[in-house]
Amino acid sequence: MIQHDIVIIGGGPAGLAAAVAARKAGVQDILILERDGVLGGILNQCIHNGFGLHTFKEELTGPEYAARFIEMAKEENIPYKLNTMVIDISKDREVAFINKEEGLQVIKAGAVILAMGCRERPRGALNIPGYRPAGIYSAGTAQRLMNMEGYMVGKEVVILGSGDIGLIMARRMTLEGATVKVVAELMPYSGGLKRNIVQCLDDFNIPLKLSHTVVNIHGKERVTGITIAEVGPDRKPVPGTEEYYSCDTLLLSCGLIPENELTRGMGVAMNPVTSGPMVNDKLETGTEGVFACGNVLHVHDLVDYVSEEATLAGKDAAAFVNQTEKVAGRVVTLTGENGVRYTVPQSMDIDNMNPLVTVRFRVGDVYKDRSICVYYDGKLISKMKKKVLAPGEMEQVILKKESFEEYPELKEIVIRTEEEK
Amino acid sequence: MIGNMYDVTVIGGGVIGSAIARELSKYQMNICVLEKEEDVCSGTSKANSAIVHAGYDAMPGTLKAKLNVEGNAMMDQLSKDLEFDFKRNTSIVLCFSEEDRPNLVKLYERGVANGVPGVKILNGDEVRELEPNVSKTVVAALLAPTGGIVCPFGLTIALAENACENGVEFKFNTEVKNIAKTDEGFSVETNQGTIRSKYIVNAAGVYADVMHNMVSSKKLHIVPRRGEYCLLDKEAGKHVSATIFQLPGKYGKGILVTPTVHGNLLVGPTAVDQDDKENTATTAEGLAEACEKATLSVDGVPFRQVITSFSGLRAHEDGDEFIIGEAEDAPGFFDAAGIESPGLSSAPAIGVYLAEMIANKAVVSKKAEFKATRKGFVKAASLPVEERAELIKERPDYGTIICRCENISEGEIVDAINRPLGARSMDAIKRRVRQGMGRCQGGFCTPKAMEILSRETGIKMEEICKNRKGSELIKGEE
Repeated sequence: MIQHDIVIIGGGPAGLAAAVAARKAGVQDILILERDGVLGGILNQCIHNGFGLHTFKEELTGPEYAARFIEMAKEENIPYKLNTMVIDISKDREVAFINKEEGLQVIKAGAVILAMGCRERPRGALNIPGYRPAGIYSAGTAQRLMNMEGYMVGKEVVILGSGDIGLIMARRMTLEGATVKVVAELMPYSGGLKRNIVQCLDDFNIPLKLSHTVVNIHGKERVTGITIAEVGPDRKPVPGTEEYYSCDTLLLSCGLIPENELTRGMGVAMNPVTSGPMVNDKLETGTEGVFACGNVLHVHDLVDYVSEEATLAGKDAAAFVNQTEKVAGRVVTLTGENGVRYTVPQSMDIDNMNPLVTVRFRVGDVYKDRSICVYYDGKLISKMKKKVLAPGEMEQVILKKESFEEYPELKEIVIRTEEEK
Repeated sequence: MIGNMYDVTVIGGGVIGSAIARELSKYQMNICVLEKEEDVCSGTSKANSAIVHAGYDAMPGTLKAKLNVEGNAMMDQLSKDLEFDFKRNTSIVLCFSEEDRPNLVKLYERGVANGVPGVKILNGDEVRELEPNVSKTVVAALLAPTGGIVCPFGLTIALAENACENGVEFKFNTEVKNIAKTDEGFSVETNQGTIRSKYIVNAAGVYADVMHNMVSSKKLHIVPRRGEYCLLDKEAGKHVSATIFQLPGKYGKGILVTPTVHGNLLVGPTAVDQDDKENTATTAEGLAEACEKATLSVDGVPFRQVITSFSGLRAHEDGDEFIIGEAEDAPGFFDAAGIESPGLSSAPAIGVYLAEMIANKAVVSKKAEFKATRKGFVKAASLPVEERAELIKERPDYGTIICRCENISEGEIVDAINRPLGARSMDAIKRRVRQGMGRCQGGFCTPKAMEILSRETGIKMEEICKNRKGSELIKGEE
C-alpha cells in the first residue's frame, strides 16, 4: 500500500493552508487530493474582492487569494493530485481515491486532514412548492456558470435567501445586465455580512425583503415568475401578503452544509448544529490522527479565518505525525448557551493545549448591546461587550492556557451571551 | 418521414408504450413509438410511487387485478433479462382501528381471490416487530410478501432500449395532432409530419382520452389525478424496509412510506383531481398533507432530510378500470388507457396482453432474432473495489467523479448519452444514471454534466435543456 505522512482531502483554501503549515512544521511527506481540475476550491469562482484583509492586510479577489496559497504550496513543493476523488476513509486512516490515471488506489496515511468544504442547500430541501422548471439555481452554481464558464443564467432574477453568495450574485448579475428584482429572506435578519448588504444590494437599489419567502414557482419549462409572501413569527406565510414577480430565474442562497459524507463514513461523532465533526483544541476529530478545518468543520464567514484555522490543523497534524508519546491531559468540554449556538472546538485538553486557543462560534439571532461571557465551571472569567451580534458573522474568544492554572478541577467551559444591564 | 408506413404506431413512450413496443418487437412487424417529449419516461412514468403492487387492491375479475398479479410475477425474470433495479421488499397495509378491521379482512380476501401469494393478517405487535417504526396506534395489518419496489425510470428505459435494439423506431418531440381512419389503417398527423400505420396503440397516459376520442364516438374521459411526494435523503432510507400503506379510501391507496430501490425514503402521494393535463406543480398544502398523513403510519420520519419534492398525474378514467383492447367502433385502434395504479406493476403484463391481441389480428409470426436481454448501465461505484479498479483501467473516464453525492463518473454520463435512445437533456441523463439525483440536487455537477452533454452531442451549451424545448438552462445574450 502507498504510504504518506499527511494526506489532505481538498485543495481549497483550507487544504492549502494546512499543507503549507504542516510542511513548515517539518513534515516532508504530504499529499493533497483535490476533486476539481485546479487547486483553489470555490475561491476560483469568487471573482469579487474583499478577501485577505486579515491575512494579507490587503483586498484581494478570490482567485488572487487562492493564488497566494497555491504559490506557497508550490514553493514548498507539496505534491497534489487533481481530478481525484476520495471515496472512502477508514478508521485506520486508509484513504481510498480514484482518478483517471491511477484508477482506484488506497493510501495509508499517518494523519488525515479533512478540508472538503461545504455545499449549498438545494430547492428540494427548502420544500418550495410550485413547478420544477429550468432556471432555478443555487447561487453558487449560477456563480460557477457565470464566472468560470462564461454563461449568463438569467435576465430577470429573484433571489431567495440573503446568504453571502446570494448577495454577491445579486451584484454580479446586475453588473452583467440582469435585473435583480428582489431578495427575499425568511428570517427577520440577513444571513450574510453587513458589508455585502451595503455593497451588493443597497448600492444597486435592490430591495431586501426580510421575513419573506417564496411560496410558488411558476413556469412549466423555464421559470416565468415567482410569488413571495411575508412570513409570521412562526415563519409560515401570511395569507394575503403574496406578491408576484415575473422573472426567468430564481437563485437560492439559503445556507451552506459542510460536506461530511466521508467523515460520517468513518463513524466519527458529529455536531448536529454545525453538521461538522466534533473536534478538540487540536482540531482533531473523534478518530485519532484525523483533523478537520475550514467549511467542512463549520461554515465560516471569511476565508481569512479558514486559513487561520487550517494553519492550526496543519501544525497539529504535523505534531501528531512527529510525536513520540502522548500523555493525555485533563479534558474539559466547551458548550454554547443563551444565544451561542455552538462552539468549535467542543473539547480541550488543558494540559496539552497550545498557549492560546481560538474558540469560534455563531449566535442564533441579532442581538444588540450584549456581552460574550466565558464561564469556567459556572464562574464568570471574562466578559466582552458587543454593540451588535448577528448570525451572519462568526465570533471568537481566545482562551489562554495560563488561565486554567487556577482551576485544577475544571470540567466545563460555557460561552454565552448576556444582556447589558 | 412523411409517407412512412408502419404496421404499428405506439403513441406514448411511457412505461406502458415501451412495454407494448418491446412485446410487439417479438413479432415480424414494423413498429414506431411517438413521444411528444424529448425522452421516454417523461410523464406519469417518471413521477409515481415506484411500487410493484402485490395485487390485493383491485376487485377480483377486473383487468386491474389480473394484470397486476401477472405483471408482478413477471418482474423477477424481467429485471434479470433487462437489468433494472427491482426488489421484493414486502407490502404492509396498516389498519388503525378495530372498526376498520372488517375492511382489512376484505382486502385480505380480495388478495386471496386475486391469487396474490402469501398474504396474511398480522396483529399490531407482529407488524412492529417487522417494522419497529410503525405507529403504536396500528392494531393490525395485511402483509403481502410479493410487494416490491422498482426504479420506474430504469424499468421504462430498459424496456424502450430493448425495443429499440429489436428494431422499434422511437420518434421524440413528436406530438400527435390528429388521427384519421384510412383504407389501409390510420393516418397520424404530428408536428413532425404525417405517419401512416395499419394499427395504432394508444398509450398516451393522461392524453389517452384525447387520442381515443379522435377516432371513436364512444368517448373516454380521463381525469389527471395529481399526487404529491417528498423524497428523503439516503440517510433516512432505512427508516422502514417494507412499503407501508394505509387501508385504502375513496381516492386510492392513501399515503405510503417506502424505501426506494436506490435507498432513499419516499412519502406520498396525495390525490387531487384536476382538469389540467400539464399541471405537475407541487403545493404547500399537498406536501404538508403528505407529511402529516405519513406520520399516522410511521413514527419519527425525519422530514428535515427531504431532498426534493415532486408531483405526478395518474390517468384516472371515469370507469375506474384499465381500458385495454381494440376500440369498438375503430378497428385497428388499440387502447391502453386509464392506466393508473397499479399501472407500473402491470406494465409487463399489459405489454404481453395487448401485443398478443394485435399479433392475432394482424396474423403475424414471431421473429427468430428477437433479443430478450439487455445490458444495464454500468454502476461503477457499486462494483467491488477490484472490478472498479479494472474498469477504470479499461475506460479511464469511469475514474472521474462528476456527481459527488451519487458517486457518478464521467464514463457513466457518457454512457447515458451514447447508448441506444441516448439522453439529450439533463433530466434524461439524470433518469438514466442518477447524476444530480442526490442530496445536493445537482448543485456542483450540473455545469460539468452540461459540458459533457454538449461535447458528446454537439448541442450548444446555450441550447441544453432541462427537459423539453423551452427549458434551456442558459439565457444567452439576446
